[in-house]
Amino acid sequence: MQIKRLAFGAVSSLLLVLAPISASAAGNTLEVVKKRGHVQCGVSQGLPGFSNPDDKGNWTGIDVDFCKAVAAAIFGDAGKVKFTPLSAKERFTAIQSGEVDIIARNTTWSMHRDTALGVDFRAVNYYDGQGFMVRADLGVTSSTELDGATLCTNQGTTTELNAADYFRANNMQYEIVAFEKADEAVAAYNSGRCDAYTTDHSALYAQRLKLTDPQAHIVLPEIISKEPLGPAVRQGDNVWGDIIAWVHYATVAAEELGVTSKNIVSMGNSTNPSVKRLLGKDGTFGANLGIPADWAFQAVKQVGNYGEIFERNVGINTPLGIKRGYNALWTDGGLQYAPPIR
Amino acid sequence: MLGALVLAMVWLVANVQSNLERQNINSGFGFLSERAGFGINQTLIEYSEDSSFARVLTVGLLNTLLVSVLGIGLATVLGFVLGVARLSSNWLVNKAAMVYVEIFRNVPLLLHIMFWYFGVLRNLPSPRKAVSLGDAVFLSNRGIVVPALEMTAAAWWYGAALAVSTTAYFWLRRRARLLRLADGTAQSIWRPVSMIAMASLAFAALLGGVPFSFDIPALKGFNFRGGITVIPEFVALLLALSLYTAAFIAEIVRAGIQSVSKGQREAAAALGLPDNTALRLVVIPQALRVIIPPLTSQYLNLTKNSSLAVAIAYPDIVSVFAGTTLTQVGQAVEIIFITMMIYLTLSLLTSFAMNRYNARIALVGQKS
Repeated sequence: MQIKRLAFGAVSSLLLVLAPISASAAGNTLEVVKKRGHVQCGVSQGLPGFSNPDDKGNWTGIDVDFCKAVAAAIFGDAGKVKFTPLSAKERFTAIQSGEVDIIARNTTWSMHRDTALGVDFRAVNYYDGQGFMVRADLGVTSSTELDGATLCTNQGTTTELNAADYFRANNMQYEIVAFEKADEAVAAYNSGRCDAYTTDHSALYAQRLKLTDPQAHIVLPEIISKEPLGPAVRQGDNVWGDIIAWVHYATVAAEELGVTSKNIVSMGNSTNPSVKRLLGKDGTFGANLGIPADWAFQAVKQVGNYGEIFERNVGINTPLGIKRGYNALWTDGGLQYAPPIR
Repeated sequence: MLGALVLAMVWLVANVQSNLERQNINSGFGFLSERAGFGINQTLIEYSEDSSFARVLTVGLLNTLLVSVLGIGLATVLGFVLGVARLSSNWLVNKAAMVYVEIFRNVPLLLHIMFWYFGVLRNLPSPRKAVSLGDAVFLSNRGIVVPALEMTAAAWWYGAALAVSTTAYFWLRRRARLLRLADGTAQSIWRPVSMIAMASLAFAALLGGVPFSFDIPALKGFNFRGGITVIPEFVALLLALSLYTAAFIAEIVRAGIQSVSKGQREAAAALGLPDNTALRLVVIPQALRVIIPPLTSQYLNLTKNSSLAVAIAYPDIVSVFAGTTLTQVGQAVEIIFITMMIYLTLSLLTSFAMNRYNARIALVGQKS
């Protein structure tokens, strides 16, 4: 695995080095994808609820569903997508070098990443924040009591920086042990190497499921950072970036309009102009994006609206049991808001 | 030919630059002076979140060097012992060494590292239930915490005493040698040297008192404060690297010893040299000529294998620089380039030193 990882880093760097000047891959991702016949999507190496392979190798999760929706919008077939598992450290090199068309890898949108890494963040499909998980028998109930604690986390994440800032701001000492893979970080935490495991709140709930005795661990209530997670594409390809953004907005708009994967066919007869535009009966939105007119229809029919995607993967009835919270529609007091499709 | 190579290099560099520019990725080495912002849990030099990425590079490099140098030392000693044991006429010793070699060299190194880390860590107690040795040394799943030795001002007196004794030793040795050359009288210098050393140390103790104090670790909150912590990642990596490489070195040593013709050993026996002396003075010096070149390769392997540290979060150069720094800064080309250059330099330096040593013993071998 390690050899593979190092080789990956080296090969990706090499791609950056050798990619000929003439073939400017930056400007025509959509054409490349259409010619190839599938979307190549960079996902995590296994994070329940976001992107996780089952024992048959089928990927599920919010991020996985997002890529499927993109495939449905372009090809009318949600199955025309392939997944590349990436570590936190590999993800930006993979998108920069053209290895993947999109990273939907629970990745935080930050200014530095958006402006200096050659990638563009175009939407937020999950509003998250960083927190801590500790053993219940430690007797800690708030992250302000963590002075002197040892933290396990994932290397090369905003988490590492946030933890440093948080402990500093609160004048507390800490020791950090940063692992390349989340699995190893969790294993080390599980074996007692660290007092706390820190990462995004959603991931804490997801990783807790993997522990030997999930009930023996609690997630502390504090959220110490803003972690808007969203899909990112290569900078400079606005056509492709628009598709990514609007596929997400279409799923959000569908939920707002009450369009679900189940009723979407019957909604075809709707006289509501907003629904007609969303379903491609009106306007030239698909053509403007360079994809079929029924792009949003296919995405919602095959994958579902935002609410369906959320509830299926991380919602209250899944093992993760996460409430909508910030990720509720703006009409319900949340942050999910789609600009008008018109 | 050379021109073509230079042209190719120029094209590569220009190509990279235009690619990076087109994709709007920052380039250049300016990031090295920026604030790192993240913590590292083992630093041999002063480091904080405010330090620069260049400092991160140095910290990582020193951590790599620490584990490599200690690993090479341990692996060499253990390897030589095992290699000689492999040829022992004692059945038990011989087979034990064989079993060791076959087990350790036939399991992938990454598994060794994982075993020493996760397998052993899991069975260690938490800091609150740490195994303690005289309430000064503590063993827990946070590592081994030992008292830190802190020098006081009095240490200078002891330094002076040491300098005096060393000077006296060299001066007396030179005098003894001149005497021996002049009229052949052999003179032992150990008595005067040890007397001078004891006298000067006693003098220093009288003037300065105790030259050091201990910073004894104590459990406070979650963890031990004070003392020096040897983190479990370091111990696991060091053990895995040296035990694994020792198996290969043992085979190299065995091959080297077996390459010395049997007649040499028999001749030594005929001269009345005991077995151990024959091994030390006759066989090993000749075997070294065969041992050194492949041994160099093992040293290089060990150094490069230390990059597997990343799997268990030991903050070596690949982990903190080609890992964390790379994701924070996002400049893969520059960072991978710097890292490759550093490993190349380390390897070339090791090779150079070993080749020098090889040349020296090879000459001696030919003269004899």
